[in-house]
Amino acid sequence: MTEPAMIDVNTLRISFGHGASLVHAVDGVSFTVREGETFGLVGESGCGKSTVLRALCGLNPAWSGDISIAGAALARPPDRAFFRRVQMVFQDPYGSLHPRHTVNTTLGEPLAIHGIGDRDRRIVEVLEQVGLGPAFRYRYPHQLSGGQRQRLAIARALILEPRVLLLDEPTSALDVSVQAEILNLLTDLRRARGLTCILVSHDLAVVAHMCNRLAVMMQGRIVEELDVAALAEGRTATEYGTGLLTASRGYDRRLAAAFVEKTEE
Amino acid sequence: MSDPQLIVDDLHVRFRTPQRIVHAVRGVSFTVGREKVGIVGESGSGKSTVGRAILRLTAPNATVSARRMAFQSVDLAGASENAMLKVRGRRIGMIMQDPRYALDPVMRVGEQIGEALDGRGLSGAERRARVLAMLEAVRIRNPQRVYDLYPHEVSGGMGQRIMIAMMLLPEPDLMIADEPTSALDVTVRMQVLAILDELVTNRGLGLIFISHDLNLVASFCDRVLIMYAGRIVEECRAEDLAAAQHPYTRGLLASLPRIDARRERLSVLQRDPAWLND
Repeated sequence: MTEPAMIDVNTLRISFGHGASLVHAVDGVSFTVREGETFGLVGESGCGKSTVLRALCGLNPAWSGDISIAGAALARPPDRAFFRRVQMVFQDPYGSLHPRHTVNTTLGEPLAIHGIGDRDRRIVEVLEQVGLGPAFRYRYPHQLSGGQRQRLAIARALILEPRVLLLDEPTSALDVSVQAEILNLLTDLRRARGLTCILVSHDLAVVAHMCNRLAVMMQGRIVEELDVAALAEGRTATEYGTGLLTASRGYDRRLAAAFVEKTEE
Repeated sequence: MSDPQLIVDDLHVRFRTPQRIVHAVRGVSFTVGREKVGIVGESGSGKSTVGRAILRLTAPNATVSARRMAFQSVDLAGASENAMLKVRGRRIGMIMQDPRYALDPVMRVGEQIGEALDGRGLSGAERRARVLAMLEAVRIRNPQRVYDLYPHEVSGGMGQRIMIAMMLLPEPDLMIADEPTSALDVTVRMQVLAILDELVTNRGLGLIFISHDLNLVASFCDRVLIMYAGRIVEECRAEDLAAAQHPYTRGLLASLPRIDARRERLSVLQRDPAWLND
């Protein structure tokens, strides 16, 4: 692939606390995502994958290192133009929508903030694109199912027509049949709009389905980077990556014994 | 399959709400021997309600009825509340999804596990020894130290092992595990399943494993029951799940993304209203 780099992250470090309780949540992470590509970040809880994503979308200002998106260095705090290029979809469709805002208000707000006109047309259009339709326009989040809420969250992210979409576990709160609908929707929208995406997930199958390449994180570092073909064929380079892949395939009595031996405590 | 320990025949659970009566479980029948039985379904399918109804742990607005629901010689459907106290925890144990909510946050882990031995006339030292032995059985390497910890001081995987230890201490014959590994990372999940597998096999326990994860259940259990809208729509041996017949099961399997077989699009489950009635 010869597409230019859309997202370039270099020696990113993020720490929380200070003194004895200082935690290096992200400890020197570097990766590049090319335009139109979907890049996966996988790892277990606490490995820092979501923290990387939050820094990328400007939700975590306390980082050091270099982040550039579409050739421009990420400012602190990010300027308004940045948010038109980069948007995020969160894990929990119940927590990420304002319970007392209608669909119309939720979708109109980003347009108002960025001073974009022609709101009616844009709202109707984006609702159509995420498969909700105009009938949903004046509903409240509690009147929507989990899958419909996640569609709304995607619509909110897309209404500013960003070039980069950051996805933090977008389907882990959903049933598998609904997950399939949302993943298909993301696939279609990505193609139609030429989006560059980063997908954070603990589910290797979802990452394998959606991404071109992925990085495995452990304790704030990237331990291995590979493409999905290598993942599908089980060609992981590190012991940690292999363990993660094995454990994701389901239970196997022979293999499970090895996991117990490795236990802490 | 060994002799059935638990027999559930035509179980119905109805919830009264101010608006209407919700018929959550609609005529479920199955048996469990000394084996691992998985109950799989999506949210709202009634799988957890079945697990709770067996122990009569359903909410106060629920009505449980069954043609027959028996555990060994105990009639679970007709037993008095007093009789149920002798069953719950002692003969049928239950493991919940998230140890952070299921454990008492202000009680040390060891004392909490030891409560399962209340009323057996054991001395403090005997009791402590039994708890420590059980912590070792769930592969906790330093039981002495863990005994004195509070639940917030242990990891999720360790918390789930503590739950398993607590449930196994009274030596039940049947365990109901409701999504026991859903809150855990995949590698920790493997550890917890390995421990559960070993204990169930060695102690000849029956296990009801309730989960939304088809692949996990197929790889861990002996038999699988697939629930949809309060009914069991299909029952098969776990290794035969890939050859499942019911369109719902087939649809669910097809909608799962796979690591080793990439497809452009996932197939989306088309729900057929007729599934509600067959």
